[in-house]
Amino acid sequence: MPKELVIDPVTRIEGHSKITIQLGENGEVRDARFHVTQFRGFEKFCEGRPFGEMPGLTGRTCGICPVSHLMASAKACDALLAIQIPPTAAKLRRIMNLAQLVQSHALSFFHLSSPDLLLGMDADPAKRNIVGVIEARPSLGRDGIALRKWGQQIIAMLAGKRIHPAWVVPGGVSEPLSSDMCDKILTSIPEALAISQRTLSWFKDTVEEFREEIRTFGNFPTMFMALVTPQEPGTHNALLEHYDGKLRFIDASGNIVLDQIDPTRYADYISESCEADSYLKSPYFKSAGYPDGIYRVGPLARLNVIDRCGTPLADREWTEFRALRRGVILSSFHQHYARLVEILYGIERIEQLLNDPDILDKNVRAFAKPSRFEGIGVAEAPRGTLIHHYKIDQNGLITWVNMIIATGHNNLAMNQSVKQVAQHFVKADRIQEGMLNRVEAVIRTYDPCLSCSTHALGNMPLHIRLLTPEGTLLDEIKRG
Amino acid sequence: MRKARLATVWLDGCSGCHMSLLDMDERLIDVLGQVDLVYSPLVDVKEYPNDVDVVLVEGAVSSEEDAEKILKIRKRTKVVVSLGDCAVTSNVPSMRNRFKLEEVEHRAFVENAQNNPQVPRQVIPRLLPHSRPVHEFVKVDVFVPGCPPEADTIYFVLTELLAGRLPDLSGKTHFGA
Ligand code: SF4
Repeated sequence: MPKELVIDPVTRIEGHSKITIQLGENGEVRDARFHVTQFRGFEKFCEGRPFGEMPGLTGRTCGICPVSHLMASAKACDALLAIQIPPTAAKLRRIMNLAQLVQSHALSFFHLSSPDLLLGMDADPAKRNIVGVIEARPSLGRDGIALRKWGQQIIAMLAGKRIHPAWVVPGGVSEPLSSDMCDKILTSIPEALAISQRTLSWFKDTVEEFREEIRTFGNFPTMFMALVTPQEPGTHNALLEHYDGKLRFIDASGNIVLDQIDPTRYADYISESCEADSYLKSPYFKSAGYPDGIYRVGPLARLNVIDRCGTPLADREWTEFRALRRGVILSSFHQHYARLVEILYGIERIEQLLNDPDILDKNVRAFAKPSRFEGIGVAEAPRGTLIHHYKIDQNGLITWVNMIIATGHNNLAMNQSVKQVAQHFVKADRIQEGMLNRVEAVIRTYDPCLSCSTHALGNMPLHIRLLTPEGTLLDEIKRG
Repeated sequence: MRKARLATVWLDGCSGCHMSLLDMDERLIDVLGQVDLVYSPLVDVKEYPNDVDVVLVEGAVSSEEDAEKILKIRKRTKVVVSLGDCAVTSNVPSMRNRFKLEEVEHRAFVENAQNNPQVPRQVIPRLLPHSRPVHEFVKVDVFVPGCPPEADTIYFVLTELLAGRLPDLSGKTHFGA
């Protein structure tokens, strides 16, 4: 008789999500649903606002990755103005975007996931948090705080403020970089590199202990999508790209499905599906249909689609990473690893950009009046591809908005990952020990920025109930 | 002396106020050393506990679930701090208030969806018709405006509260960026 497992974090405050697991006749896991329960409605309430407000407004979607929204939004506004921004402005935006990549990945790795990695998936929940990490391994905790601070400080040096700065504007940025700030950031590079490298080597030593998790955490074939650098069709030299570039789709074996797609044509390839039980929509690859058109975005996807990173230290790490397995890396557990490689890349790339001869150029903003009624801006957020799409009227007022958030692209994959973990841990109508922690941990590998659509920053206190269709309680497990 | 029991809560906000809290950087280690962080998105506690000394609340009250939470929090906490403009004025979440809720939902889930267009109604909590600031639901003891308030301001608020004083924020904060 089919049954249902409900993971219902009714008591938790930060994670507006729930999980339901459907069991089949013989107690096998048939399906799993990840419900996102928060919704704010940017797509409607931006209506009537002057388009120039959009970067500042949509940045407030998320306090962890506001810079990504600034990037996608400003690029959509540049498209409305139908202008090319000054080259130095684009480079400065890039630096800011990379600084955010570093701080956001540091938050995900150190503040949120390192407790699982350092203390173990089954450690005492009272200790399994950043405070516990600081107690158990102060150097790791301090490294995390220092690396996050490094990224945040660069954002503040460029833009005057760490969170929700107003410096990114349609047409470029509002202020050039001063040579003082440039030197200051350059001086801080070696320390940031050192932290990033020692964390990578610690992680690589530890990762062997998680063989079971690697095998069962979102380890299944899907397509992957990310931006890559522009290149001649048919050549194989696409590099890591977070600010601009073209979309590449690969299949689960690593074959290129689509390449060098202008991201403003996203709607030709991606559709969105609604679910009756979640405020987070599920985008899917259009030609494969729903739900077969499942694909993943984010650090793992980016490292899977590229031909190399494009900076020396990160390239070396990337080669080692990709050698973990023939073909592409499928386990979502390796998102952690991918994040560390991207941190290293981000630091190296910021250094390269700061050494660019034009970086102090004072021409950083182009002025124009809107001359198109529709604009699309796409960038890679820490968690994956972010799409902003606006329409305006002849007065420059917004009439329509669509936003596809990185975490949305991963919605189908997160559902399937929960299912995979459940299949591993639900046996004969009983919930096996360790399932709760791992269900949380698998979702955490995606670093779901649910504040973009909901919130689930850290750990999710869970309550799982195993019910018959009549509602009789078969088994129950709570953590806390 | 027992350590002060601190909680941080995230209602309908963008997490930026929590990020600003983390922006205290190394000072975070000192502050966390002086308190028991009994409830927060950063720690693994299931149920909002009793006898909390101070809670920092980020975000507005936008869903039925938010409303239930904030009432429970008030009952169990001595000092409630509205942290940031969303908690203090409802800020960005309140921008939907000039539209009917159905219109807001329709745009996202019907107009902007190609497969299965429908407003989600199963399992998830209903939204309130309007998003409101925290003090419209419960008594608030300290208001800290800012979007987000600066890390220095949050540090000042926490150290004052830990020293047993209600922080005097006059001249130290402003709304918005
Ligand atoms: S006040 Fe600003 S930073 Fe804080 S939650 Fe609201 S939008 Fe985010």
